Amino acid sequence: MGPSGAGKTTVLRAIAGLRKPDRGRIALGDRVWFDSAARIDLAPEQRSVGLVFQEYALFPHLSVRANVAFGGTARVDDLLERFHIAPLAQTKPGTLSGGERQRVALARALARDPAVLLLDEPLSALDAHTRGVVRDELQDLLRELALPTLLVTHDFGDAAALADRIGVVIAGRLRQVGTARELIDHPADVFVVSLTGGNLLTGNARPRAGGGSEIVLDAGDVVQSAARASGRVAVAVYPWEIVLRPGDVPPDATNEIVAPVASLTPEGGRVRVRLGPLTAECSTEDVERLGLHRGDPVTACFSPAAARLVALDGELPDLADVSAGS
Amino acid sequence: MSIEVTEPRVEVPAVVIDGGGGRAGRAVGSALLALVVGITLTFLALPIVALFAEVPLSSVPDLLSDPAVIKALEVTARTNLVANILILAFGTPLAYVLATRRFRGRALVVTLVELPLVLPPAVAGIGLLAAFGAQGLFGDDLKNAGLFLPFSELAVILAVTFVASPFYIRQAITAFESVDPTLTAAARTLGAGPTRTFWRISMPLAAAGLVAGWVLAFARGVGEFGATIVFAGNVQGKTQTLTLAVYEQLDANFDVALAIGILLVVLSAGVLLSYKMIVSWRDSTSPSSARFGPSSSTST
Repeated sequence: MGPSGAGKTTVLRAIAGLRKPDRGRIALGDRVWFDSAARIDLAPEQRSVGLVFQEYALFPHLSVRANVAFGGTARVDDLLERFHIAPLAQTKPGTLSGGERQRVALARALARDPAVLLLDEPLSALDAHTRGVVRDELQDLLRELALPTLLVTHDFGDAAALADRIGVVIAGRLRQVGTARELIDHPADVFVVSLTGGNLLTGNARPRAGGGSEIVLDAGDVVQSAARASGRVAVAVYPWEIVLRPGDVPPDATNEIVAPVASLTPEGGRVRVRLGPLTAECSTEDVERLGLHRGDPVTACFSPAAARLVALDGELPDLADVSAGS
Repeated sequence: MSIEVTEPRVEVPAVVIDGGGGRAGRAVGSALLALVVGITLTFLALPIVALFAEVPLSSVPDLLSDPAVIKALEVTARTNLVANILILAFGTPLAYVLATRRFRGRALVVTLVELPLVLPPAVAGIGLLAAFGAQGLFGDDLKNAGLFLPFSELAVILAVTFVASPFYIRQAITAFESVDPTLTAAARTLGAGPTRTFWRISMPLAAAGLVAGWVLAFARGVGEFGATIVFAGNVQGKTQTLTLAVYEQLDANFDVALAIGILLVVLSAGVLLSYKMIVSWRDSTSPSSARFGPSSSTST
């Protein structure tokens, strides 16, 4: 997972044999496909990958059936059935919808009985409605296939839904590998926080006697964190861990930041509330109960446990390309 | 409270802006344009029309059955058949390599391949003589092999191939370049080696462009004159193609020359028509990855 231009597609192409890395080693189990030191570089047709391109790359001059059969004729009928494209067998790809073309591309990649499945942004080319449906289908498919699969996406939601482990790639470097839970609980750096949809507040931390730390934010507020750190940090807190209260409320054990509501955006049945430096997420009932309107002051509360700390070098880097969401 | 507004009364002297002069100017411009267009079209059409007007069309078949014409037709047919086979067989792989590989000096190679396009045909003939003639670069080698090229059909084949191949190769390069490289990449990941990928993906998708290029090369080959007459000479029955026959019949039998001209015009018109039809078919079956169906556009 990573933003556009991070190098994710390049990795897939290198694994498939379409790009030659300068240095390194690519092996599946004990089958070495590329080794710059040993001068091994197998051609794509000698490897065993099923690559589904971002644009699907269906052969426009061949029928759906011929496309699927291109990789191998043994399982064509089974695959056409499995992906519900048997009725389309004789049509050319030009008239198919995005979802249908993706199914054909998947069937074609699997026809070769590959040892590893490579999916390049499989959901990016689909409209919002089709995406949800296809994501669920992909979930089922991946579980059923039990095939080693590398899936490339720029959407954390897709990654969390489809992957057992997520590797965050930014600007050509792998920043963190872990489950979705691990990425959120223990983000390695500010890029991971941004990619997973977290808020970032910069400040300076000081360890506290009873455990945890106290952070003086650049903006002025002071927050407590359960994590111990000292020096320049960014406090990472996720929108769904923020509780909103209207008006000014006397401080208690949890962290609080007061700011006027900048915007209220409905998204997927919830509402994203932008206030000051934070974006919080709550239900539409909460918005009504609290009587939230643009410009009203509101208090954002979060616990010390939700205030994760990430080491920071000076100021926040430019995260414009890295922020979560498609 | 109502406010009354009255227009001030102003005496305006009647001034007529000259529309008459402008209108006349535009008319002159249109007339001039029509004249230029008319002259140009007439100039371009006149030779063709004159060809058909100068000789009664009913006598054309008889004129064309003149033995010189028959021999020229046979020479043209044989030499162009072989030449076109050579052009396709050698030009296609070259075009494919130039279209799909990037290497240092590629631009130079492409220019070299395109050179015969701009080379005066007579110069092409001289060049071929310098290479393959009796005193040429390979003259001795050819003599030892028993081949004497000047005044032979092989020379005609070489001349036609030389001048016509760039027409095909250039178009073929464009045709292969227009094949989405993602498609060939997909074929490779599906287990197809470079050869299978070429025949099953690149060729079918480039086919329309290749045929369009070949049609042009064919027309150029049939119409070749300068290189043929310089390199192969003008020997009836051996090196005299239809165009060379026109040249000879100018003095001998002008009507025969006209008849051959008509034949070649009809052939050329057929070629042009085929080319246009193929190009419009190619554009309608363009293999470029367009967006289909109700899906939204992708992110980068």
